Amino acid sequence: MSPDTLELFRYFIIFIVLIFITGVYCILVSFNLIRVLIGLEILIKAVTLLIILAGYVCDRVALAQAIVLTLIVIEIVVMVVAGGVVFWAFKYNKTIDPRRLSNLRG
Amino acid sequence: MVTLCILVPFILLLILNLPFKFLNAQVAFWLSAALFLIQVLFVFIHSWLPWSNYPVALGQFFKFKLALDPLALIMLFTIGIVVFVSLLVAKGTITTEKRKFNFINLLLVSLIGMNATVLVADIFSLYVFVEITAVAVFVLMAIEKNRFAIEGTFKYLVLSMIASIFILTSLAFFILACGEISFAGIHNAFLANSNIILLNFAVGLFLCGLFIKCGVVPFHGWVPDAYSEAQSAVSVLLAGIVTKITGVYVLMRLFTSVFVLKETFGNVIMLIGVISIVFAALAAFKQNNIKRMLSYSSISQVGYIILAIGCGTPLAILGAILHFFNHAISKSLLFVNAAVLEKKFESTDMSIITGLGNQLPVTNTTWLVGLLSTAGIPPLSGFWSKLIIIIALFNAQRFAYGGIALLASVLTLAYFLFMERNVFFIKTEAAQEDKGGIPFSLKFCEVLLAAIIIGVGLGLPFILNSKILQLKGFLH
Amino acid sequence: MALDLILLFALLLSVIWTVMTVRLVHSVVGLALTSAILAVIIYRLNSPLAAVFELSVCSGLISVIFITTVSFTQRISKDRFLIRRRERLLRFLYLPFIIIVVGLLLVKYLKIPQFSLPLAAGVTNVRLVLWHMRHLDLLGQVIILIAGVFGVVIFFKEPNK
Repeated sequence: MSPDTLELFRYFIIFIVLIFITGVYCILVSFNLIRVLIGLEILIKAVTLLIILAGYVCDRVALAQAIVLTLIVIEIVVMVVAGGVVFWAFKYNKTIDPRRLSNLRG
Repeated sequence: MVTLCILVPFILLLILNLPFKFLNAQVAFWLSAALFLIQVLFVFIHSWLPWSNYPVALGQFFKFKLALDPLALIMLFTIGIVVFVSLLVAKGTITTEKRKFNFINLLLVSLIGMNATVLVADIFSLYVFVEITAVAVFVLMAIEKNRFAIEGTFKYLVLSMIASIFILTSLAFFILACGEISFAGIHNAFLANSNIILLNFAVGLFLCGLFIKCGVVPFHGWVPDAYSEAQSAVSVLLAGIVTKITGVYVLMRLFTSVFVLKETFGNVIMLIGVISIVFAALAAFKQNNIKRMLSYSSISQVGYIILAIGCGTPLAILGAILHFFNHAISKSLLFVNAAVLEKKFESTDMSIITGLGNQLPVTNTTWLVGLLSTAGIPPLSGFWSKLIIIIALFNAQRFAYGGIALLASVLTLAYFLFMERNVFFIKTEAAQEDKGGIPFSLKFCEVLLAAIIIGVGLGLPFILNSKILQLKGFLH
Repeated sequence: MALDLILLFALLLSVIWTVMTVRLVHSVVGLALTSAILAVIIYRLNSPLAAVFELSVCSGLISVIFITTVSFTQRISKDRFLIRRRERLLRFLYLPFIIIVVGLLLVKYLKIPQFSLPLAAGVTNVRLVLWHMRHLDLLGQVIILIAGVFGVVIFFKEPNK
């Protein structure tokens, strides 16, 4: 692999790691269920970028794109279902603060 | 032929949703029940069927890369039984017609997901179908929309997606390391020993994701909430088969046939397994809610399976597969019993449900069968699988692990007997509201599962040499 | 390569803004912006089909889903909003520092081990790969969409009382 590509690859990996950290921080520290979902979205975007990068570096662009297309469809469906769950959580608890959602213990 | 395992439920799903008036929950119930029974039978007769090459036109259109081997057959058999039981429990416990119809459709989706998971031959398709099963279960868990179920669903959703992120990251590293995502390609990459650091890193990430999906300690946060608060039929499905297929089966398949690893990973898996066994067994003691106690017991038994997989010798893997099957059946039985108790008394709190020995004789007996099998008492089926696992551990010189597994069996027996005594024998003064009789479908499930446990337990020593030990041959 | 670095930096900034901004609707807009920048980066990595999909679906559809969900949840009152804003800023203040510190450490010390690239692939056209080799994934997409439809029906359809 040419040193130029390796250098680019290195920078991409660094930025992807930073985006992962941001996403995880968002999930851990947020007090709003919807922000937890946004954090999850950010993590999925980081993984999408990582897969496309892996495809680019290894000359498997077609495979990577096929994977990402299916992944995006799965992501939409999961977010729709998650939106539905948050909607009902709000209906019951009148709040979407995960600190207040501690009905279950043990 | 194998493709039909996926296509037939899919076509049934499409048919059930056509806009005709007569396609209601009843028709859906009978058609799906027939389909699940056909799947169970298919496992026994698949090699005798006349048409093993389906018509050429169909073959050109549906070029799925599927593979059927003995492990997949055992899994299909288990899936068929547990999904059938879940269907019957749903018939007995869900009240609204519309909800029954939605349940049956989503059950078909999860069946497609699980069938395909055990039949695929590459990692990304595996991920897609694991995710399909997970989405179907997310929606099913919240089908009754009570507040605790919603909370359990959200926890399961977030943790399952985090596990998926780990798995996808590992997939990207597999592409980097060897450019292939099929099982054969990755296996060849391991054998060729190129880019081994990247491959091991990818395997490590994959393992983290799988541990979350299996629900082993310390990633078990979602398990008690999800199992106990879901609707009864969904608890049976989730605890009985979904967690095991999407987590434990994937681990089993990849770590025995696809990845070629050094000792370290096996040791890590065994350590996590043994921590799960002990921690969950201890945590099960202080639970008041029947279903939460059963969920901790599930975590503990999955720890046994993982311990055996980590050990890696052929005998241990055989023990793992056997324990997989036994635990699926006995845990489903225990959750069906919990469903009966919940239906009768509208509560799963053990301080309220007491002294039921006379009122529910079938449940009492089958509960005993289930708990003795889980604890590993002869001559029930659980005894054989635990024996094989412990013997395999001693054979592989892992005396500490084997000893802990043995002692934890005693712990399992202890907390189950404790619960049995409370619920079925002692009568306290607490008020009990009796909601009437138990539907026949629930009793039928209990008797069926108990019969399977007793049958396998009594029959195993006879077929041990002829059939079971042959299975060792296909695993290296 | 400089353009790629600028785009990556913009992506990181937009992600941090999405996470740290106070109002939820701004956060969702930030997510859409992130998707757009990501689509451009993906396009530059020789993956036009994935870029178009990412732009249209993630920028558009997911933002609609999020805004729908946000609109169903409660508006908080003005004074609680100000209190929330201050304590929120305190909690999230650590994030830029962590990012800068980790970023600098990684730039200085991260060494990618030399690894050998796999051989050239047989099929290089995405459409061929998708429609001829990955039938199972296509079936999976259809099935998961069906499951999603059931999810929407179960969660969002109000029962007629």
